[in-house]
Amino acid sequence: MTDTLERRAGRTRSVEVEILAVLLVLLVIFRERVSGLVSGAAFQTWTTVFVSVLVQAVPFLVFGVLLSAVIAVFVPRSFWARALPKHPALAVPAASVAGVVLPGCECGAVPIAGSLIRRGVTPAAALAFLLAAPAINPIVLTATAVAFPGDPEMVLARGLASLVVAMVMGWLWLRLGKSEWIRLPHRSSDGVSKGEAFWSACRHDVVHAGGFLVVGAAAAATINVVVPEAWLQTLAADPVLSVLALAVLAVLLSICSEADAFVAASLSQFSLTSRLVFLVVGPMVDLKLISMQAGVFGRRFAVRFAPATFVIAVLTAVGAGAVFL
Amino acid sequence: MNRQAQAVVLFLFGGAILKASFTDLYLRYVKEGLRPFLIAAGAMLVLAAFMTIWYDLRGRGTQDDDHGHSHEPRVGWLLILPVLGLLLVAPPALGSYTADQSGTVQLSAESDYPPLPEGDPAVIGLLDYASRVIYDDGRSLTGRRLQMTGFVTAGEGGAPMLARIVVSCCAADGRPIKVGLTGGPLVDVPAGTWLQVTGRYSGMRGKDPVNQADLAYVEVEQWQPVSPPKQQYE
Repeated sequence: MTDTLERRAGRTRSVEVEILAVLLVLLVIFRERVSGLVSGAAFQTWTTVFVSVLVQAVPFLVFGVLLSAVIAVFVPRSFWARALPKHPALAVPAASVAGVVLPGCECGAVPIAGSLIRRGVTPAAALAFLLAAPAINPIVLTATAVAFPGDPEMVLARGLASLVVAMVMGWLWLRLGKSEWIRLPHRSSDGVSKGEAFWSACRHDVVHAGGFLVVGAAAAATINVVVPEAWLQTLAADPVLSVLALAVLAVLLSICSEADAFVAASLSQFSLTSRLVFLVVGPMVDLKLISMQAGVFGRRFAVRFAPATFVIAVLTAVGAGAVFL
Repeated sequence: MNRQAQAVVLFLFGGAILKASFTDLYLRYVKEGLRPFLIAAGAMLVLAAFMTIWYDLRGRGTQDDDHGHSHEPRVGWLLILPVLGLLLVAPPALGSYTADQSGTVQLSAESDYPPLPEGDPAVIGLLDYASRVIYDDGRSLTGRRLQMTGFVTAGEGGAPMLARIVVSCCAADGRPIKVGLTGGPLVDVPAGTWLQVTGRYSGMRGKDPVNQADLAYVEVEQWQPVSPPKQQYE
């Protein structure tokens, strides 16, 4: 039985590499044809946006994966027990604030949060970190200040609202979350050297999170091409519709958190509050993140976590807008 | 997806990133400042591919792989798509299609406008020009001949405008800056053609029909088609 399994596995292995080789040879041969297919203006723009979302995300993905592999392999479990407050309800704000020190966008935060949970950090704290890190780090806040030179309160409102959403979601997870919703991908690294475990974690996470990043980038590129900006203009006039429109747009566009402030600044017909909603929702819920979360934490997690975060983020941002803007 | 296949995909992905960052290809997608990080990330991916093969050849841990390969991420095959995108298709920088779809970028006022660079005509970017026109009433522009480079896009009623895509992070956030053309010889080239325009400050203003943002105009003296610059974004 075991023998058959092993032989079958052996066959699949060689077949996969062969299929890949044949595919690549065919593509090189039919290169002209492939380029011809993508010559339409809309599809060309789609390809450009798709490739650029990925190219932009790659350094952050690789950085996040390296950090998460270090956490998984070299940082002992006891470290997290000492570094974070014992009580989960206190670990949540501590982990949210820790997000300040991680400069990067959301693609890197997903594997890091997965790694933290695997190393015994309470999921509520890891999730608070996941939400806070891409939104409140110095690079993102500086970009926001540069994009809104006339409205410095935008930076304060964005930072505080994002922090509040991260903590509320962490506490909400403590009250309502069920650990069986999270299904981290299987990883067996028992009985191997640290070096092998490290590279194995890197390989797995890049291929895995990267694959889901491709799905998200494709979705974002599609939205970027098919939604003409003129549609949005009609929504900008209504205060409620404009908030909802920009919240949904933030999810669909999936722009990197370091760049979203510039896009928000250019959506100038919209109210400041609705643009704040765009900036708070974007780094926490978007197509590429949902895709990556479904991959790293499991589908049952993503279908609950993403909508809940969306609602809390919209409400908090509207509240922050009422207070600060 | 087994380990060898993953190693091949990682190698191709890293290699594609490295190739794009050592040629000017990456400039079509991201800002110049990202280059060192792209090179580092590409090198890490290639290294990860070699380390995977190295451990695989040494035969360590293959047992769990044979049984556990159904746990290995099949979604990783999708990483072939960006490899194809970068190596085979290499899509062009954003251009007139995006300029058609989106309104001109919202300008922000500078605290002061330094004098134009020396030379006749003075070379100036579209963003700089539009900002000087709209927030400084063209004070620093009057009396000078100006030279701008951009591509042609259709404005209201099909009147040609000069445009350039402004990118703050990557092409996904690219938005056009448009400058209307007035006077001068008729611009009768198709949209997307790159032009070098020489002209003077014009007091004429307009609104972009897409987003009602302010538009600056330039009084054209002459124009000529040019090949696209290395850095197409502004």
